[in-house]
Amino acid sequence: MAARALLRVPQRARRGEVIEIRALISHIMETGFRHSERGASIARDIITSFRCTYNGTEIFRARFYPAIAANPFITFTTIATESGTLRFEWSGDNEFTASESAAIMVE
Amino acid sequence: MNALPLLFVVVASVALADDRRSGYEFMSRSTQAMQDDDMSNPAMLWVLDGEALWKAGKPSCASCHADMKGVAARYPAVSSGRLVNLEQRINLCRTEQQLVKPYAYESKELLSLTAYIALQSRGMPIAVKDDPAVQKGKALYEQRQGQLNMSCAQCHDQQAGRHLGGSVIPQGHPTGYPIYRLEWQTLGSLERRLRNCLIGIRAEPYGYGAPEMVELELYLMSRARGMKMDAPGVRP
Repeated sequence: MAARALLRVPQRARRGEVIEIRALISHIMETGFRHSERGASIARDIITSFRCTYNGTEIFRARFYPAIAANPFITFTTIATESGTLRFEWSGDNEFTASESAAIMVE
Repeated sequence: MNALPLLFVVVASVALADDRRSGYEFMSRSTQAMQDDDMSNPAMLWVLDGEALWKAGKPSCASCHADMKGVAARYPAVSSGRLVNLEQRINLCRTEQQLVKPYAYESKELLSLTAYIALQSRGMPIAVKDDPAVQKGKALYEQRQGQLNMSCAQCHDQQAGRHLGGSVIPQGHPTGYPIYRLEWQTLGSLERRLRNCLIGIRAEPYGYGAPEMVELELYLMSRARGMKMDAPGVRP
């Protein structure tokens, strides 16, 4: 099944307000350090980067490593500057990509 | 003369005061916050998949069932002549109505559907029916077993609220299943959780779907009768 993501972005905000954004995505985050029951090593399969853009401008970026738990949950803040779209992009091993977007109204 | 009956009422209500507490109440505030917000609760990722599966296939689940309010609060229950839990009931529907293969226990599909159904009982009281199997489950719950020679009751009745290692021992009320257990980093069923406990006391765990497992589940649900469902829960 395709990756699922849950976003918490305020629908409305005052201009200049500090807003909290949460992004949760389904991913196994296989570390690459484990072995199967038969002793074969299990290949690494993780999300390696996360990016958030606000009307096209990058406002947040993170690199993920094998120590990040499955279904990574990231929270950060930004300043509500203008109405528009926040776009979230995840990419990782095995050509994994996922993206979601959320609209925000700034008044 | 009137004082005596009143006194009885007071005594009776004190005796009936419910000191049962869901595992939710034993969690840290941050874990509770994670469960309370549907956009932070990772189990909701499975609910999204479950909703898609619910509407998929021919015939789909949705083509027969309108909604599943309160259903998860009534399982395990007798169906097709035997006691089944919710996961087994889903698989019965698959094999008998949809004529497709049953899902494997703990598969993403089965957990997703269970989570989607369980969510619809959120806030509703657990209401399993009485069945002779409740007594069987109770006997299993009180049976000492494993190399450590312990019963479920010894921890979850007698030592509940105290600590085992760094963790609080909850009272063992299955209000939130399937749960997203942070230790597992995934969603899991009550059976998986029971297997964890059995392995912990170094007993041979019952197989998935074993009658003993379902009887234990039923006993736990009957013990939690009236408590509110908070599925799908997050647990440490």
